[in-house]
Amino acid sequence: MAEAESLHVGPLPVGSPQAKSSGWFGMMTLIVTEASLFLYLLFSYFYFAIWDTHGFLPARRPTFELSAPDTVVLLLSSVLVWWGERGARAGRRRQLAFGLAGGLVLGGIFVGVQLVEWAEKPLHFDTSPYSALYFTITGLHLAHVVIGMMVLLALLVWSLLGMFDARRYAPVSIGAIYWHFVDAVWLAVFFTLYITPYLA
Amino acid sequence: MSTTEYERVPETASLADDPGLPERLRVLWENRPGLYGWIASVDHKSIGIRYLVTSFVFLLLGGLEALLMRIQLGQPGEHVLTPEQYNQLFSMHGITMIFLYALPVLSGFSNFLFPLVLGARDMAFPRLNAFSYWTYIAAGLFMYSSFLLGAAPDDGWFNYAPNSLKAFSPGPNMDFYALGMIFLGISTMVGAANFVVTVLRMRAPGMSINRLPILVWGTTAASAGILLSVPAVSLAFFMLWLDRNFGTHFFNASADGLPLLWQHLFWIFAHPWVYIIVLPAMGLVSDALPILCRRPLVGYTLVVLATVLTMVLGFGVWVHHMFATGLPLVASSFFSGASFIIAIPSAVATFAWIATIWTGRPVLTTAFLYFAGFIVMFVVGGVSGVVTAAVPADLQLTDTYFVVAHIHYVLIGINLFGVLGALYFWFPKFTGRMLGERLGRWNFWITFIGFNVAFLPMHLTGLMGMPRRVYTYPEDLGLGAVNLISSVGSFLLAIGLLLFLVNVALSLRKGARAPDNPWDAPTLEWATTSPPPPYNFALIPLIASRHPLWEDRLQEGSGRSVLDRGFTLDHGKEALATTVLDAEPDVILKMPADTVTPFVLTVMLSAAFTALLVQSWWMLALAGMLILACIVAWLWPKRHLLQIAAAGHG
Repeated sequence: MAEAESLHVGPLPVGSPQAKSSGWFGMMTLIVTEASLFLYLLFSYFYFAIWDTHGFLPARRPTFELSAPDTVVLLLSSVLVWWGERGARAGRRRQLAFGLAGGLVLGGIFVGVQLVEWAEKPLHFDTSPYSALYFTITGLHLAHVVIGMMVLLALLVWSLLGMFDARRYAPVSIGAIYWHFVDAVWLAVFFTLYITPYLA
Repeated sequence: MSTTEYERVPETASLADDPGLPERLRVLWENRPGLYGWIASVDHKSIGIRYLVTSFVFLLLGGLEALLMRIQLGQPGEHVLTPEQYNQLFSMHGITMIFLYALPVLSGFSNFLFPLVLGARDMAFPRLNAFSYWTYIAAGLFMYSSFLLGAAPDDGWFNYAPNSLKAFSPGPNMDFYALGMIFLGISTMVGAANFVVTVLRMRAPGMSINRLPILVWGTTAASAGILLSVPAVSLAFFMLWLDRNFGTHFFNASADGLPLLWQHLFWIFAHPWVYIIVLPAMGLVSDALPILCRRPLVGYTLVVLATVLTMVLGFGVWVHHMFATGLPLVASSFFSGASFIIAIPSAVATFAWIATIWTGRPVLTTAFLYFAGFIVMFVVGGVSGVVTAAVPADLQLTDTYFVVAHIHYVLIGINLFGVLGALYFWFPKFTGRMLGERLGRWNFWITFIGFNVAFLPMHLTGLMGMPRRVYTYPEDLGLGAVNLISSVGSFLLAIGLLLFLVNVALSLRKGARAPDNPWDAPTLEWATTSPPPPYNFALIPLIASRHPLWEDRLQEGSGRSVLDRGFTLDHGKEALATTVLDAEPDVILKMPADTVTPFVLTVMLSAAFTALLVQSWWMLALAGMLILACIVAWLWPKRHLLQIAAAGHG
C-alpha cells in the first residue's frame, strides 16, 4: 500500500528534547505575552511624556552612575547562563552548575543595586505620575528578575541533583531563554527611563 | 536502528493486527473514578464540557440581570430597582456576558474539538488546560462574590476613570472588578497559549496548515490576539487598583493623571476582544454550515485570510470607541478609516457562507436555522457597526441605545446564535445523543423572534435619543412604547433559551443514540465514536486532504488519508508532536497523568487575590509561599515524562 508506506519514519525522540519540547513552545507564548505587558507599560510612559503638559519629568533626571554598571551586570549574567547551557549540551555538569550559580549571583547584585538606587531617589511612589510609572515599571521588571532568579535556583538544584545530561536538559533551555528575555526587557526599560530623558 | 529510552521508531499497526490496543489505551487514559478523579482530570473533553456548562450558568446569570433591567425599563418612571442596583446590574451583565460567557463558551468548544479535529490525543498542555478552567471559575466566583457585600462593580464593563476612582466609588466594588479581571486574565492567557501550542505541535501527520478546519484558524487567531491584548487590560486594572489603594494618580486628572490613558489601555484590549469572542464562533459556523449544505466551504483560503486579517486589523481600530472624547481629528479620521476597512474581511466571510448555501443543497436542521439566523444578524450588526465607524454619526449615536442594539446584534448574533447552532451540531459528539429537532425548531424560532423584537427597536430608541445606562426615563419623552416592546422581546428570548435547556435535559435522557458521524461530515472528530473514547484515536491518523472523510467523493488531491492504520503510541500515555508547517512526525510526547495540582494552585491563587482585596499582607505572604510550592511541585522535572536524564546515566 502506497499510503501505508508514508507512515514509516525514522527514530523519533521521546519526551522533552530541548527546543522541541512542548515546554519550549509554551515559554515562547509566555515571552510574547510578557513582552506585550512591557510594551503597554512603556506605552503608558510615553503617553504621559507626550500629554502631560505640567512637565512630566522630574527636575533631577535619572543618572547612569548606578544604572549603567547594573545593566552590564545583568548582561554578564545572561552570558554566564548561556555558557552554562552550552555546558549542559556538552554534558559538562560543572560548567552548567557554575553558569547557573554565576547568573544567580549577578542577578542578586542587579537587584541589590536597583534597591539602592530606589532608596536614593528623592521621589516616592505617589509623588507624581512620573514617580508612579518609574516605580511600577522598574518594580515589575524587578519582580521578573526575582522570578528568573528562582528559576535559576531551581535549575541549579536540579543540576546538582544530577537530573540533566547531554540528551535531556529541556528545563535548562527553557529557564535560560526566560532569563535572556528578562535581560532584553531591561534594555528596553533602560532605554526608555534612562536614555530618552536626555534625547528630548 | 536505535531504540533507546530517548528515541524509538513508533510502531505502526491496524486494529486487526492489534485488537487489544483500544483496551490498553483506555486503561492508560481514562479518568479515575470518584471526586478525586473529577478534580484531577486533565482530559480535554471533560474540561471542554465543564467550560460549556459553566459558561451557560454565567449566561443564565447575565440573562437574569438583563431581565431585571428590562422590567425596570418596561415603563417610564418605574421603581423596581434603585439607581445603584441598576448600575450594578448593567455592569455585571456586561462583565458576565463578555468575559464570563462569550469567550469561555468558545473555549469549551475549542477544548473539546481541537484535539479531535487535529487527530491528536490531547491538548499540548493538559494540566494547564485544567488550570485555565479552574482559574476561570474561581475568577468568576471572585467577581460574583461582590454581590454578597452588595458591592458589585457599578461603572459599566468598560469602567471609565475617574468615575471608578476612590473619590467617586469609595466601596470595594471596583477592587472586586480590578482584581477579578487580573485573575481572569491568567486563565485567559494560559488557555490561549495552550491553543496556540496545540495548533503548532499536535496536528496529525500530514495535516499541513492549509488543511486545518476553519474553527482551528478562528480560535488560533483569537488566541494570538489574547496573548497580545490581555496584558493591556491587566495592566490598566493594576494601575486602577494602585490609584484606588496606594495613592498613585495615573488616571486622576486633578493630580496630573490622564483619564484617557485608561480608555486607551482598555480599548486596545477590548476592541480586539470583540473579535476574539466572535472569530472562533465564525470558525464553528464556517466548518459546520458547509456540511449541512452538502459541499465544502466556498473560498476556504479567502476565509482563512479574512479571519487572520480581521484579528490583525482588530488591533488598529480601538479609538473608534473614543471619538467623543475630543481627540485630534487626524486620529479620529485614521481610526474611522480603519474601522471601515475591517468590514471587508467580515464581508468576505459572509459572502463565502452565502455562496456555500446558494451552491449547496441545504439540510434544514435546527443547526442550519441557527447558522442562517447568525448570518442575517451578523449583517445587521455589521452594518450598524459601519454606521458608528463614521465619526459624525458616532458623535450622535455614542452612548445611546443604538450602540446597545449594535453590540447585541454582534454578540448575540455572531456569538450566541453561532454557539446554539454549534451545540445542535456537535451535541451528538459531546454526549452520544442527538439533540431533539422538534423542540429545536420551537427553540430557534422563539429565540430568533424574541431577540429581534427586543433589539431591533433599540436602534430606534437610540435614534430617538435615549442614553444607555440610565435607570429610568420620564414619560413625556415618548420612549415608553419602544421600551415595552424591547422588554417583551427580552422575555421571549429568555423563554427560547429555557426551551433549549429543556431540550438538552430531555435529549440527554431520551434522545436518539448518535452514530459516529450523524451529519455525514468530512472532518476527523467524526471518525471516532460518539462520545469519543478517552484516548480519542487508537491509531494516529495520517492526513492527505482538508476533508479526510470525503476524499472518495471529492477526488481532492492525489493521496488518501489513512485512518485504519497508524502509530499506536502505547508505551504509556503518549501523543505525537509534528513539525510546525508540514506536520511531519517530530517527537513522541509523554503526556502527564491526572493531577490535583492545578486545582490546588487555583485555590491558593484565590486566597492570594482575596488577600489583595482585603489587604491582608500576612495572608498574601502565606498564599504566595504555597503558590510557589505548588509551582515547584508542578514543574519538578519528571522522570516518567522524560524531561530529565535517567538516574546515573552519562
